[in-house]
Amino acid sequence: MSAPLLRVEGLTVESRAGEAATRIVDGVSFALRRGEILGLVGESGSGKTMACRALMRLLPSSRLALAGGSVELAGEEIMGLPEAAFRSIRGRRIGMIFQNPASHLDPVMRIGEQIAESVRFHQGGRRRQANEKAVELLRQVGIPDPAQRAAAFPHEFSGGMRQRAMIALALASDPEILIADEPTTALDVTVQAQILRLLKEIRDSRGLSIIFITHDLGVVAQLCDSICVLYGGRVCEIGPKREVLAHPRHPYTAGLMACQPGTAGGSGRLRTIPGYPPASDALPSGCRFHPRCSHAVSPCAEVQPPLDPFAPDHLAACHNPVRQASLRTRETA
Amino acid sequence: MPHALLIGAVLLAAFVFVAVAAPLVAPYDPIFQDATARLAAPSAAHPFGTDNYGRDILSRVVWGTRVDLQIAVLGVIFPFLIGTAAGTLSGYFGGLTDSLFMRVVDIILAFPFLVLMLAIIAILGPGLASFYIAMALVGWVSYARLIRAQILVLRQSDFAMAARSLGFGHARIMFRHLLPNAMVGSIVFSMSDAVLVLLNGAAISYLGLGVQPPTAEWGIMVAEGQAFVTSAWWIATFPGLAIVLLAFGFSLVADGLGEKLGVRQ
Amino acid sequence: MHRYRFVLTRPLQLLPVLFGISVITFLLVRAIPGDPARILLGTRATPTALARIRAQYGLDEPLWTQYFYFLKNLAHGEMGRSILYKVDVLGLVFERLEPTVVLVLGSVVLALLIAVPLATLAATHRGGWVDHLVRVVSTGGLGLPAFWLAIMLIILFSVRLDLFPVSGYGDTWIDKLHHMVLPCLTIALSLSAVLTRSLRASLIAETQSDAATAVRARGLPESVVFRRHVLPNSLIPTLNLLAVNIGWLIGGTVVIESVFAIPGMGQLLVRAIFTRDYMVVQGVAMVFAVASVVVNFLADVLTVTLDPRVTL
Repeated sequence: MSAPLLRVEGLTVESRAGEAATRIVDGVSFALRRGEILGLVGESGSGKTMACRALMRLLPSSRLALAGGSVELAGEEIMGLPEAAFRSIRGRRIGMIFQNPASHLDPVMRIGEQIAESVRFHQGGRRRQANEKAVELLRQVGIPDPAQRAAAFPHEFSGGMRQRAMIALALASDPEILIADEPTTALDVTVQAQILRLLKEIRDSRGLSIIFITHDLGVVAQLCDSICVLYGGRVCEIGPKREVLAHPRHPYTAGLMACQPGTAGGSGRLRTIPGYPPASDALPSGCRFHPRCSHAVSPCAEVQPPLDPFAPDHLAACHNPVRQASLRTRETA
Repeated sequence: MPHALLIGAVLLAAFVFVAVAAPLVAPYDPIFQDATARLAAPSAAHPFGTDNYGRDILSRVVWGTRVDLQIAVLGVIFPFLIGTAAGTLSGYFGGLTDSLFMRVVDIILAFPFLVLMLAIIAILGPGLASFYIAMALVGWVSYARLIRAQILVLRQSDFAMAARSLGFGHARIMFRHLLPNAMVGSIVFSMSDAVLVLLNGAAISYLGLGVQPPTAEWGIMVAEGQAFVTSAWWIATFPGLAIVLLAFGFSLVADGLGEKLGVRQ
Repeated sequence: MHRYRFVLTRPLQLLPVLFGISVITFLLVRAIPGDPARILLGTRATPTALARIRAQYGLDEPLWTQYFYFLKNLAHGEMGRSILYKVDVLGLVFERLEPTVVLVLGSVVLALLIAVPLATLAATHRGGWVDHLVRVVSTGGLGLPAFWLAIMLIILFSVRLDLFPVSGYGDTWIDKLHHMVLPCLTIALSLSAVLTRSLRASLIAETQSDAATAVRARGLPESVVFRRHVLPNSLIPTLNLLAVNIGWLIGGTVVIESVFAIPGMGQLLVRAIFTRDYMVVQGVAMVFAVASVVVNFLADVLTVTLDPRVTL
């Protein structure tokens, strides 16, 4: 197996309010190979977005700070780079698209000009060449009549078209990695499927690696090669998609799967995980999932479980992991 | 700004105190003319100096507080009451009443504020009473628009529906149920409006169309000082500073209240 | 260009407002108690002149007929004669237009030149001492009486430093501009307080906006984010605020023209009030009102040009 393109080790983000600091992202590690699509899965507040913002050094508030970890891009440590040097990575090698394309595009600049701005900044060249490249990018992301649509403003686009434009913007600097932060959550179901197909096409045509942030295991099943489940800022399960979805070891992963309509047996009843995800200022001790966990045993409340291997590349952090026998029992019950 | 509300309230309270206790605070009679101390520069005896009649500027500034504070308060209250009533009726009944009120509002807003006020004062003749009447005739439109917009939203709200279904009368629904909720925004606005009213009142007195001499009023005092800019800067300077400080108090209270009550201005 | 269709339709919608302006200016003078002919012509008018104006304005007839005469005269560009200057009011007003226009334009340009850098400085150093200073000064600036500020500037720049004339307007353009520096600066300082506060708030909001974050995520440096995205988006609400304040600004010129003895429309109005030259009061009020309606209309055109989302 080749060395990963991106290796994240022990990434930690602290939220500071006065004297107290809480770790909203706590020692998150994962790896991304060239051409791989990794699904970063969790409920809102699980730290999946913050982990990626920290990667990009785009933490949204001055109260949030990177508190540790290492990030290697193609074997080179980039976490300690000064801001000026990091700018050759942000956008240039790691691009990002967002959940709400309406608010993430500049409302008063023409779409084509926004793309051309990025092209010119990263690749130089004349205005005309950049404009041509912008039109070409719009064509590549499937915008009909791109030469004309390049002159439109964001509000003149539909939601799906805006997300396509957002993808074109990210591709303008020809990055190796694309971080997609819930890019389909705000879209209609049919449009969702189109955008997912587009992302897959781009991966295939450009050999792009994608970190796909989502709370939707159904999307992961469709799109991703591997999966990393986060809860309360920590990784609770990580591994190849097939392996994890077929044999979930962490009760939380199993719970998420049970919540997924159409995957949890044929009972037709929508299951939910009891309770709520923890607030970032009141994270439980030990395993952060233990207050909601039906599998919880005595050490869960005190001792943080380590990530243990269950199969090649398949790790889970649980003191009392789901045994495949018990899962099967539940499914047949 | 942190503590804007507190600092502003303390400033306003200080001005109210000075206005009420003017005879105790002022070292001299504000219209007493000391022929031996004309155009005297600031000194221990006259901290703000004296004017060309030998009147003590500090005492005149202190007594002027009464007049200018009154201008700011009454100049806001009359438009506030008229505008609130008009806006409530307009928003609640809608239809013809509403379009009529709103046309009048549009027309009055078409005039530059001060120009229309001056034109009305031209008819009524100079004086403080004319100022208040002109202020009431022109200033109500902002309040009417604010209140109307709020009432339009609140009229559709659940509790207004509930009140109507209980068979409450129009007056009761309007004034007991809708208005208290609709007024938050206009109360905050009235504080920043007080700044504009104060500036307008002082400006009109400066032009000689408001408060008349020899009454001590800050605007007139600045006008009286203008003739002496080359020789006695203090005559015009100190009364103006008093206006700035009082206006600052109102602005801070407006900012602080707006932040506290979550009103965007 | 359907977004600009309002340029054709808006003037029609403004007709009721213009009608209202004419009613108010008409009523203003008719509301004065006493014989309207004497009020319009002054106490020393001759019987023939009184008879003529009664006929021209139908002053012996009912009020609505008088208003009809008023409109008819207005349609002929006829707003009466000034008692003081013995000339047609409209001609007199238009003669005084230039200094007022120069004053308003100069003030707006200066105010933007002051507000944009100050707000930028405050917003980019948010929470620092520069920011606090700008906030305190701009909040204090809201309450600056223009007439007093003018006198303070006169004391500093004219009396002490002898840089600018104390009053008047001048003959050549250079001379005129020289005379207009202090008046424009006075209004600009007051105006920039309002603009700085608004612009600072929008700049801060836009700096933290999703759109700005997305530009940063594309790797563009902070200077580009600010200049090409944050600033243009922040200037739109500030320019709207400026348009809303046009009426206030025009009113401000009345006072400033009186302080600096600038022969503009505002000074004409104040003089006319003192001399009971009611035809002039009426004419100036009307021209001021129509001017601010026109300026607001132009501001709408500007808004539509700058903000592609706006349709009117």
